[in-house]
Amino acid sequence: MFESLSQRLSTTVNRLRGRGRLTEENIRESLREVRIALLEADVALPVVQALVERVKVRAVGQEVMKSLSPGQALVKVVSDELTAVMGTANTELNLAQQPPAVVLMAGLQGAGKTTTVAKLARFLTERKKKKVMVVSCDVYRPAAIEQLRTLAEQVGVKFFPSEAGQDPVDIAKGAIAAARREVVDVLLVDTAGRLHVDEAMMAEIKALHAAITPVETLFVVDSMTGQDAANTAKAFAEALPLTGVVLTKTDGDARGGAALSVRYVTGRPIKFLGAGEKTDALEPFHPDRVAQRILGMGDVLSLVEEVERKVDQEKAQKLAQKVMKGKRFDLNDMRDQLEQMTNMGGLAGLMDKLPGVSGLPDSVKSKVNDGEIKRMVAIIQSMTKKERRHPDLLNGSRRARVARGSGTQPADVNRLLKQYMQMEKMMSKLSKGGGKGLLRQMRGAMKGMGGMGGGLPPMR
Amino acid sequence: MLKFWKKKPAEAPPAPPQPAEAEHAAAPAPAAAPQADAESLDSGCPALGEALSEAAPPEEPAGEEAPFAVPEPAAAQARRGWRERLAGSAFARGLSSLFIRHPKLDDDLLDELETTLITADVGIEASTALVENLRRRMHKREFADAQALLAALREDLVQLLRPVQQPLAVGGRKPFVVLTVGINGVGKTTTIGKLARRWSDEGRGVLLAAGDTFRAAAVEQLKTWGARNNVPVISQGQDADAASVIFDALQAARSRGVDVLVADTAGRLHTQGGLMDELGKIARVLKKLDAEAPHEVLMVIDGTTGQNAVSQVRQFRQIVGVTGLVVTKLDGTAKGGVVFALAREFGLPIRFVGLGESATDLRVFDAEAYVDGLLPASLGQG
Repeated sequence: MFESLSQRLSTTVNRLRGRGRLTEENIRESLREVRIALLEADVALPVVQALVERVKVRAVGQEVMKSLSPGQALVKVVSDELTAVMGTANTELNLAQQPPAVVLMAGLQGAGKTTTVAKLARFLTERKKKKVMVVSCDVYRPAAIEQLRTLAEQVGVKFFPSEAGQDPVDIAKGAIAAARREVVDVLLVDTAGRLHVDEAMMAEIKALHAAITPVETLFVVDSMTGQDAANTAKAFAEALPLTGVVLTKTDGDARGGAALSVRYVTGRPIKFLGAGEKTDALEPFHPDRVAQRILGMGDVLSLVEEVERKVDQEKAQKLAQKVMKGKRFDLNDMRDQLEQMTNMGGLAGLMDKLPGVSGLPDSVKSKVNDGEIKRMVAIIQSMTKKERRHPDLLNGSRRARVARGSGTQPADVNRLLKQYMQMEKMMSKLSKGGGKGLLRQMRGAMKGMGGMGGGLPPMR
Repeated sequence: MLKFWKKKPAEAPPAPPQPAEAEHAAAPAPAAAPQADAESLDSGCPALGEALSEAAPPEEPAGEEAPFAVPEPAAAQARRGWRERLAGSAFARGLSSLFIRHPKLDDDLLDELETTLITADVGIEASTALVENLRRRMHKREFADAQALLAALREDLVQLLRPVQQPLAVGGRKPFVVLTVGINGVGKTTTIGKLARRWSDEGRGVLLAAGDTFRAAAVEQLKTWGARNNVPVISQGQDADAASVIFDALQAARSRGVDVLVADTAGRLHTQGGLMDELGKIARVLKKLDAEAPHEVLMVIDGTTGQNAVSQVRQFRQIVGVTGLVVTKLDGTAKGGVVFALAREFGLPIRFVGLGESATDLRVFDAEAYVDGLLPASLGQG
């Protein structure tokens, strides 16, 4: 989501990089660019002005004078200030309380509160090993309670039933009592969406907050919100002692300015990002990494974590053992590998997090699609079990059949088999010579690439 | 996901809440404006306070602003509603505080105007274009004073919106098929509930199709709306194929001889290719029964959305050929300025505007009234 913002900023900063010296004049020019970039990204104007002012004060003067490369100094200042506004590190939910720890959700209509409750319930159950119960205090919107009940069933957490005729405070109190009885660790309380100018509804959520004294009060905000994000966040922060923010719909192409605004106005950390339709699409928010991503430095740490989490450990283990035992890497294994790649959000998802990618032109980026991987999986699935285990069986007529079955051309099948051969070769080297063989092979390959490996230090 | 219009359960849904609510809305608007300005000087963030004070000076007295937010008594009921609801918006507040100081006619004024437009989500490009046009004319000495400049800006804003002021005519076809699309949480289902109410009040036979088969309990939500307005709902339940539900509904609409069929769809982000293709499929399937269906593809946009709305409309238009827009949630402090950017970029008709929570709070879009609400003609003349 932060892509457009990082793109815009990286061109202005690149322009600076080209300068030998940094004068006050060209700082002003790029600061204006930074200002426009932030405004276009829907960062609220007061926040933009404050940020630009702080960058200016820090950039003009000593730091730049001392620095050998003025361009780099400015990049660093902008990055530092963005990080400073966003906060410095990921703040986890504080659930250290005698159970049940109560978490209250608040926000405008359509921000994604109910969906976030479901995602959070799943996150806490699966990754934090908590026993979670959810309850809906939305007695206004038709079928809101039904929606949470369905979602609770999907993610497999306890649901405290409520009805449209009930008072929200009574519902919440009943839920706390039930949570205590059933010894759950965390109780998530969903509320109705409300406008910050609606006094009656704001009074209601204040009363609700007073009655249940939640350990966490999360403000849920749509990342596509425009300038109004500052007003809304301010009103909610005044009405409720917020402890954190959840930013939703970040899988769109919104420029994410609302993140900066809300963070700046409320002073509360953004704790989670909602990034998809499925209930597992909730990521802890790492402000320092996001600021780096805005500047096009990539988010490699998140990528590593995602790989660790999503790669099927069991399958990976099995494959490793198989290879070690000297058994053949077959097409079934290749299919597993391809599928794991898709599980991690596909190539586009991975690329998004790599450094330097935001600088690529859109035409290049659009060429990266996961269609190719899907097609490869389809080809493998069109083979018989025997063929998958023994790819050598695939003669011309079998290949033609596979191509027909998977809706591809025989040439596609041939290309897949060629890729398979290469992988197989690597794997067999791995099993024969342990790691050494593979390393030698890779070095050889590097040398082949037009002297690119020339600067590579000897391996030992 | 959206409205809590059932907030006052004692109030029967059909009761028009206008008189009482309108007064209520009018009263706090002028009083709230300067108060909010003062409040926004957050002592905790001096920089933010400074920034805000630049846009909206706190020295401005409450009494002077009052007349501008009060609607003209002669205005029609509907227009009064518009103005009352929109006058409290930060857009009007920012602009009125700008002109109340009887500023000099200079570049600083224009810069301030540009800032105010940007703060209202009008967008950098549209704001710059509007202001540069004014600057050129100012240098030609076209304006006698700031008031003339304001009148010119008003005229420009109205000009931007007038071409997109095309009401939706649901007659002529039977059934007239309306397909509602949009991203998650913008108010599609609620808008459909309001549309059902509007058209059945006009004496038309309405049928709803529960095409949001993805989100939990979306079908129940639409059914509740249907029951409330005595409008039948065709549904197949959770996880059914949306295209098949809507296809069924069109067949049902034909055999029952209803006038209007309104189809709900699941909210989807415009960046999700697969889900967008599903929308394309819905439109194609409808064409099997009626080559001209859907007669209207109504895209719902959240009024609080910033510049991303442009990207949303672009994508949806490409996939399903959006033919009209509905802008919702304009009853908060959102300024709806992105409407200008949308009108400028796409020129798609804006059919309705959502101004509140009750079933009757969906108004036909009116360019004059919209601009009047944001930027009253009487502004600065006191």
